[in-house]
Amino acid sequence: MKLPIYLDYASTTPADPRVVKKMQDCLSLDGNFGNPASRSHAFGWKAEEATEEARQHVADLVNCDPREIVWTSGATESDNLAIKGAARFYKSKGNHIITSKIEHKAVLDSCRQLEREGFEVSYLEPNNNGIITPSQVRAAITSNTILVSLMHINNEIGVINDIEAIGNITKDAGVVFHVDAAQSTGKLPIDLSVMNIDLMSFSAHKTYGPKGIGALYARRKPRVRLEAQIHGGGHERGMRSGTLATHQIVGMGEAFRIAKLEMENDNARITALREKFWNGIKDMEEVYLNGDESLRAAGFLNVSFNYVEGESLIMALKDIAVSSGSACTSASLEPSYVLRALGLKDELAHSSIRFAIGRFTTEEEVNYTIDLVKDSVEKLRTLSPLWDMYKDGVDMDSIEWAEG
Amino acid sequence: MAYSKKVVEKFENTLNEPEKNSVGRWDPSDSDIGTGMVGAPACGDVMRLQIKCAPKNNSHVISDVKFKTYGCGSAIASSSELVDMLVGKTLEEAKEIKNKDIAEALDLPPIKIHCSVLAEDSIQKAIEDYESKL
Repeated sequence: MKLPIYLDYASTTPADPRVVKKMQDCLSLDGNFGNPASRSHAFGWKAEEATEEARQHVADLVNCDPREIVWTSGATESDNLAIKGAARFYKSKGNHIITSKIEHKAVLDSCRQLEREGFEVSYLEPNNNGIITPSQVRAAITSNTILVSLMHINNEIGVINDIEAIGNITKDAGVVFHVDAAQSTGKLPIDLSVMNIDLMSFSAHKTYGPKGIGALYARRKPRVRLEAQIHGGGHERGMRSGTLATHQIVGMGEAFRIAKLEMENDNARITALREKFWNGIKDMEEVYLNGDESLRAAGFLNVSFNYVEGESLIMALKDIAVSSGSACTSASLEPSYVLRALGLKDELAHSSIRFAIGRFTTEEEVNYTIDLVKDSVEKLRTLSPLWDMYKDGVDMDSIEWAEG
Repeated sequence: MAYSKKVVEKFENTLNEPEKNSVGRWDPSDSDIGTGMVGAPACGDVMRLQIKCAPKNNSHVISDVKFKTYGCGSAIASSSELVDMLVGKTLEEAKEIKNKDIAEALDLPPIKIHCSVLAEDSIQKAIEDYESKL
């Protein structure tokens, strides 16, 4: 077993070796290096053939028409294009947008920008399990609403929203529905031919493809319109200009092709590892699983170890690569806004660790991690004055803490 | 967070050999013990520093120290570093220890300076508590 162990698959995934091979073939003079927009020679035609084949693979994974796929630089750009592009195009119909408090920053910051331009945004609060319910969405829609933007799988806690049911509501209301699916490709089946979704963001590097490439699904029937955010050249039917990055696109296509083939097996294996992991640590004292236990994507375990601060736990787990909702790991010194929106007390948010298991995680690695987590938490609790107080039966909410 | 080697070493030593590194507690009601608890769970760090003192000449000397800290790696390293600075000092000398001394000893990154401020506060609180018992 090789150390350190990578358990941060929700942050990014390594590219699958099959993806790397495909990409390498699209770079050098001997390879498929041409500009897909070059219409006057075979280099361009061959490159275009490769990007179109990749477009088909992406479309196949989510069951849509390849002409509905627009290449972007990643899910952040897709979110920006979808939200700002749709809001600005449809602003004559209304100025109200609905999203949630636990969206990715790419969605939240795009909405903030639109607020500065005069749009009004409602930020739905999830229930304690992290779910946004269809009835919440229905209740928030007004005659002024033009856009709903919600994520499929939450990137911190891994819970799943019922986007099919929400899509039925937005369809009835005549509102554009955007879904950030950066975390869900290859983890959950998506069938856009039956779901009422107008826009969907994808990322390659969360699904064993390369970083720097993503896509936006933009529905054709009925057609959703967008105001382009990047101009020049008119690539991607005017929605996103810029020379197509053949090697990146081919990498994403191969990653999504593999995802379609292997999703079922991958998920069965990863879910079993996650359950093994959770069963290995859940009987420790004062350990809490964050987010709904069953409505959860395969690899995610977000756990709070009460009375232990998350960053110190990450340091103690130095052979394990994970991330934390603790303020001390962020530049802002604020604990995770996602965990706080779930109603978690700040101290539990500070004590959280996100373990994300993926395609290349082994049982041996999970076993090693279980032992190391138990040992490290115990050691840090030996150091923790709060653990002493808990053991002494002190009510910590009754103490007037001197703020540091 | 990229920490200095000193923070990492201090943190790991404290974690792996807590008793050798003065982790522990005394009964705070003992007359020769001063206790200072600073920080808040909601802010992500709480330090409890205890000093054991004895009169010497016209002053009081810190003969031993114990602490427990809930917090990030640099908060734990800062409290542990502080312990090394305190033993053998008179209360007057201990009052002179500033957060800057701890931050410099550990090469704390700027965003973690508050950990050393917390450590300085804990000394002041512990001395106050001890002096209130005299």
